[in-house]
Amino acid sequence: MANDVAIIGVGLHPFGRFPGVTGIDMGAVAIRRALADAGVEWRDVQFAFGGSYEVDNPDAVVALLGLTGIPFTDVYNGCATAASALTLAANTIRLGEYDLGVAVGMDKHLPGAFSADPRLYACPSWYGELGHFLTTKFFGMKINKYMHDHGISRETLARVAAKNYRNGARNPNAFRRKALSEEEILASPVLNWPLTQYMFCSPDEGAAAVVLCRADQAHRYTDTPIYLRATTVRTRRLGAFEVHSPWLPIEETPGPTVDASRAAFETAGIGPDDVDVIQLQDTDAGAEVIHLAENGFCADGEQEALVARGELEIDGRLPVNTDGGLTANGEPIGASGLRQVHEVVLQLRGQAGDRQVPGNPSVGYTQLYGAPGTAGVSILST
Amino acid sequence: MARVPVADALFTWPSDDPQLIGSRCTSCGIVTFPVQESCPRCAFTDMEEHLLPRRGRLWAWTTQSFPPPSPPYGGPTGDAFVPYGIGYVELPGEVKVESRLTEADPAVLRDGMEMELAIVPFRTDDEGNEVVTFAFAPVGGAASGGGA
Repeated sequence: MANDVAIIGVGLHPFGRFPGVTGIDMGAVAIRRALADAGVEWRDVQFAFGGSYEVDNPDAVVALLGLTGIPFTDVYNGCATAASALTLAANTIRLGEYDLGVAVGMDKHLPGAFSADPRLYACPSWYGELGHFLTTKFFGMKINKYMHDHGISRETLARVAAKNYRNGARNPNAFRRKALSEEEILASPVLNWPLTQYMFCSPDEGAAAVVLCRADQAHRYTDTPIYLRATTVRTRRLGAFEVHSPWLPIEETPGPTVDASRAAFETAGIGPDDVDVIQLQDTDAGAEVIHLAENGFCADGEQEALVARGELEIDGRLPVNTDGGLTANGEPIGASGLRQVHEVVLQLRGQAGDRQVPGNPSVGYTQLYGAPGTAGVSILST
Repeated sequence: MARVPVADALFTWPSDDPQLIGSRCTSCGIVTFPVQESCPRCAFTDMEEHLLPRRGRLWAWTTQSFPPPSPPYGGPTGDAFVPYGIGYVELPGEVKVESRLTEADPAVLRDGMEMELAIVPFRTDDEGNEVVTFAFAPVGGAASGGGA
């Protein structure tokens, strides 16, 4: 019989730009805050998983926290890195190997679009030389086709971005804390049609951590444990429309987000209608629109009306990216998914302050998506 | 000045009627681009070279309005950068190929429009050769530039 898993502490190093502060430094801050939130000490931690893109060895954080000799495993899974760290940490408890551990993500990126050697992604060199090896143009193509197929307007994209900047303005940990109007968003330079500069998130810096334990021990530490009902990670199947694909087959298949979402709902034994607060991968405003449907929260095309009616706002029926999402927080890849979990935990505890979702939300949902076709989903509840 | 392809074995060259070079699984028939050694569907390693049709329909597209990070991008940057269109062209019944488009105007590009393979200049190399690459152009070309 597998153990259930509870989150008893969350901690964040703010997201943004921090000259002179290393990724490891930020990871240590996030872990210390999560430990303090849980009321436990580093010496109580039995194992850890750490995720990062830029930091080769997240486990080096033990030099700052204490050399206790615990197993500390480093993971990298593109934009779903944090989902992998969380899933592996949760499974370690589910399988009974340890009772209490930490999942942490940290990153420190240079400004500008992500870049790499395409050959490391199983793509030929010429793919990069020709300018195809770029995530932003994939997101441009995907939402452009989606808008054509399902009747979504550019105004809807601008409204989604504006909502995320507004939410970010209420979040003291966010990178971008200034509300932007829909007009400003539409008037900013087009990067990849139909997406403008202010519709995209930026790579930045930050860290996030959670402390997890066996659910039947959670009340030793907290009166408000948040239960991790499901964590799933999936990669693309043949026929999915994915980033960094020099070709696609004629046949079409749902993407890894759809697969991860369905599996998570099945594991949790609940459905999209039960979810009260949602965090989606908004690499760009279009991704949030598409992911709303891919995760089962609406039908394709329904977003146009949902957004116009304000249903994705903090006080709407489907509050999405209540902390400003990637749009306002930027994307330190290793930390991004644990930032989502941090926000959902605060919301479910009723501790989200100015951005608290009304009505005592009891079920939360997070989703990550990224290159080269990887998605992660988690479902949490009180 | 020679016109040299950006990579070997991408398209038949030199040719008056160039074609993209893909591969086909001898077991399940799936077509890939470029050539690859194993089948992504059935994992067989018996792939044969397969020349792709020159015409198809635009399946998805966007514009690239800023120079991609160099490296890996090898084209002109800075003031020499010219925004380009990029998209997937569905070659009927075979494969969707991601390609640069000769048209970059959102007012002209449309999902479903008919496209044809073109070999176009990409950059000049250190020896002064014109490096060429594959692209797809709207068929007829008359629509081109209509969105000025």
